[in-house]
Amino acid sequence: MTESVSSASTRLPTIADVFNRGRETGRAALIPYVCAGFPDADTSLALLREAAEAGADVIELGIPFSDPLADGPTIQRAAFRALEAGMTVNGALTLLRQFRVDHDTPVVLFTYLNPIHRYGMDRFVEAARDAGAQGLLITDLPAGADPALESAVRTGGLDLIRLLAPTTTPARVSRVAEGGSGFLYYISRTGVTGARTELRTELAREVEAIRARVSLPLAVGFGISTPEQAALVGGLADGVVVGSALVEAVETGGVEAGGAFLRSLREAMDRRE
Amino acid sequence: MTTSQAHTHSDGADQAATSSARFGPFGGRYVPETLIAALDELEEAYREALSDSDFSDEFQALLRDYVGRPSPLTRARRLESEVGAGPIYLKREDLNHTGAHKINNTIGQALLARRMGKERIIAETGAGQHGVATATACALFDLECVVYMGAEDVERQALNVFRMELLGAEVRPVDSGTRTLKDATNEAIRDWVTRVEDTHYIIGSVVGPAPFPRLVRDFQSVIGQEAREQILELEGRLPASVVACVGGGSNAMGIFHPFVNDADVRLVGVEAAGEGIASGHHSASLSAGRPGVLHGAMSYLLQDEDGQVAPAHSISAGLDYPGVGPEHSFLKDSGRAHYVAVDDERALAGFHRLAELEGIIPALETAHAVAYLLDEGPREAREGPVVLCLSGRGDKDVAHVARAEGRGSLL
Repeated sequence: MTESVSSASTRLPTIADVFNRGRETGRAALIPYVCAGFPDADTSLALLREAAEAGADVIELGIPFSDPLADGPTIQRAAFRALEAGMTVNGALTLLRQFRVDHDTPVVLFTYLNPIHRYGMDRFVEAARDAGAQGLLITDLPAGADPALESAVRTGGLDLIRLLAPTTTPARVSRVAEGGSGFLYYISRTGVTGARTELRTELAREVEAIRARVSLPLAVGFGISTPEQAALVGGLADGVVVGSALVEAVETGGVEAGGAFLRSLREAMDRRE
Repeated sequence: MTTSQAHTHSDGADQAATSSARFGPFGGRYVPETLIAALDELEEAYREALSDSDFSDEFQALLRDYVGRPSPLTRARRLESEVGAGPIYLKREDLNHTGAHKINNTIGQALLARRMGKERIIAETGAGQHGVATATACALFDLECVVYMGAEDVERQALNVFRMELLGAEVRPVDSGTRTLKDATNEAIRDWVTRVEDTHYIIGSVVGPAPFPRLVRDFQSVIGQEAREQILELEGRLPASVVACVGGGSNAMGIFHPFVNDADVRLVGVEAAGEGIASGHHSASLSAGRPGVLHGAMSYLLQDEDGQVAPAHSISAGLDYPGVGPEHSFLKDSGRAHYVAVDDERALAGFHRLAELEGIIPALETAHAVAYLLDEGPREAREGPVVLCLSGRGDKDVAHVARAEGRGSLL
């Protein structure tokens, strides 16, 4: 297994640091998704800062793509709006650099392969590291699909965050985990992202089945929209990812509402005992 | 048998990295993790079907008795006179049931879906031809059918929407992005991610993640196998050139594939140049794009400097797609096939000329290949006969052409 080496040469905390600390204290990580450039660059930078201050342990910073085929309507809407407002790959890295001036919360860049492929994988990984990223999650680069690209992520010093789905076979779960680092991201329901009122009832069983096979920290996401759900998932997994519901909060009430929403999740997760 | 050309092998593990998933550097499986198991299942079902004579017997019988194959190879003598060269033959996919080559693939995939026990089918469609062919196969096999179609195409092709509904399919308009085929494909993939356990996605061209490009090519290669036998019988020799239009590229791959090992047969794919390559409003992925990843495969792609997919344009909705099948990218880079582009205006001229000269109204997609031959026929026919894949009939385009020519008041 490739352990996280991403920040060995800097004083920024690594993703592994966050989860190690969480495991010691029994505290699940809160992992919000922020779409770079939604609704505009300045607002998304403000949201990054607000998320860190509201108790985010790791932040997924989305680089918008024209064809987000793994995302539901809410995140599609955010991505299209960000692109219309002029967001680019370099624009997203600039936001990250600005965030790094006063925040050390680990950041995972979250995107699709084509913008990175066009940028050049090696060049992108280097630029992302320079800007202060710790990890990279590419939605349409499943484990094993392109070993050369995946190894470029790892040798470039970023954690390669891999996805698991309810449809991932048990044998494949182990293979996915072997090449990943930082944490594994379990898609809690078969489907694209979008707030759901109910999480799958089998979640506990699914998480246990994965845990039996892997040692990397396990974050769960895709569909978490209420403090109760966050607390439930936080009690089962090492991390809770929240995406669409945060976008919706920002759409309704701006950065302030986004921060309040994250605080409500954080409080519920901390209170669950 | 039609599918005997396949080289798919499954070891049940991470097949995306294996050679069967790729054509040189192109193809692969760039999809959300959720779909990996379904693609493995499909690959396995297809591999088993290939070695099952009952499957190929049933497929062949349906192609003969339901689709109406073999389709004729028609000599186009007046077109030859116009071009001043020949012989030129038309492979008449327009005479298939539903009026285009699309049905070859949908029958094959519906048989696979039934084999896998999947009772719900989804598909994407641009002009509506693949949607109609999918709805047709689903009616025949009693499968639930949902077709995603860009909202703009729903408006442009209202008749095909009604046709799909008559066949029992549900048509879902897609309002996101460019509201055309690209976005309909995104939405079909999203649906599949959500309902992968009970749903099979009948993709309409030689695009998408492995094993789709190979599987669709194999089902379509009946076109080239028949054409090869027919021309050998009629002319006693192989053609000098085989010409086909290319959007995603399924009719072209279908007719090219059985000729790929015949080194002396020139393979020419004709893309849509829209308002001209220089205008930026076109669909010529191979002629003017660069390698990238869309809809699960690495292939030539229209994209901007930042890796965002660029909107495609063509007068023909079936070619209005920014990507192309990965095997075409491989054939381009290897030099085995040649790709050219024909603009909207020339395609319209080709549409008219074939109607006037041969009494055949071609699909606007096909009209691009006709237009190419009108200009380059003498060169293509210099060394021997030319076979043009007449991929579909143009009834669906009559209203659109009338509007494009300012005669919308007729309708």
